[in-house]
Amino acid sequence: MIKNFLKLFLFLFFIYFLNTSNIFANNIKVEQISKNLRCLICQGQSVYDSNSEFALSVKSLISSKLTAGDSEEEIYEFLKSKYGDWIVYEPVLNKYTLVLWILPLFLFIFGGLLIVRKVFINRSLK
Amino acid sequence: MIFFKSLFEDKSYVPKSLNSKVENISIQDFYTDNNFELKSLFKKNKYIVINIWASWCIPCRQEHQFITRLSSINNLKIIGLNYKDKKNNAQNFLDELGNPYDLILKDPKGTKSIFLGAYGVPETFLIDDKLNILKKYIGPINLEILNEIEKLIL
Repeated sequence: MIKNFLKLFLFLFFIYFLNTSNIFANNIKVEQISKNLRCLICQGQSVYDSNSEFALSVKSLISSKLTAGDSEEEIYEFLKSKYGDWIVYEPVLNKYTLVLWILPLFLFIFGGLLIVRKVFINRSLK
Repeated sequence: MIFFKSLFEDKSYVPKSLNSKVENISIQDFYTDNNFELKSLFKKNKYIVINIWASWCIPCRQEHQFITRLSSINNLKIIGLNYKDKKNNAQNFLDELGNPYDLILKDPKGTKSIFLGAYGVPETFLIDDKLNILKKYIGPINLEILNEIEKLIL
């Protein structure tokens, strides 16, 4: 009797443990994804930080999409298709953002060349 | 000079929505709780206005008179999407201000509105029979928007 009770208890505990660990993992993923999303109606805040109705809805949607088996990338793509690239913090590389991506690299090389030139000129003067 | 000029500029940024077509989603009826496909509501040569509203939303009260005026247009079907609301409160809102909607759907978690590309309440979409979103109005409907919708569909 006690043995059976113990078995049942262990079985139920195992199911409970599996469930809670799944929910826990899901919540962490929702946090990670929502930190990369811009809240569109409360500017300056991420979806994770915001408690606006919009942000809460997005978090709820992310959670249901994760449960349905969608990947992180698929969720970003879905939200981008609805709200545009603006919703993700990381700018996408396209013809409009090309300057944004290339300019720092260009300045880095240009600055490097200036330094090299200055050093060489100083040396040759000495 | 540049900084001084920028003091008076509007800092809010509303991105252009890429979402130009309505996705076919399963959605619940406000009264019966029955699920059905959004696509099934669209009929040939008939425009649809989806108005997202809630009883707790103050601007929704202001725009309600204009929604009522929209409902008198012939080839237009007005669908209300009740957003994160309690059924009792929503019903009281309709009892008080009237029900201009041909059909009311509900979005208790706010996730269905995201499929439409909505930001919150109130928000209104004008959609044609091919499920193209012709116009999206963030915020309450006013006389100017009402006239614009009339012009677009007549």
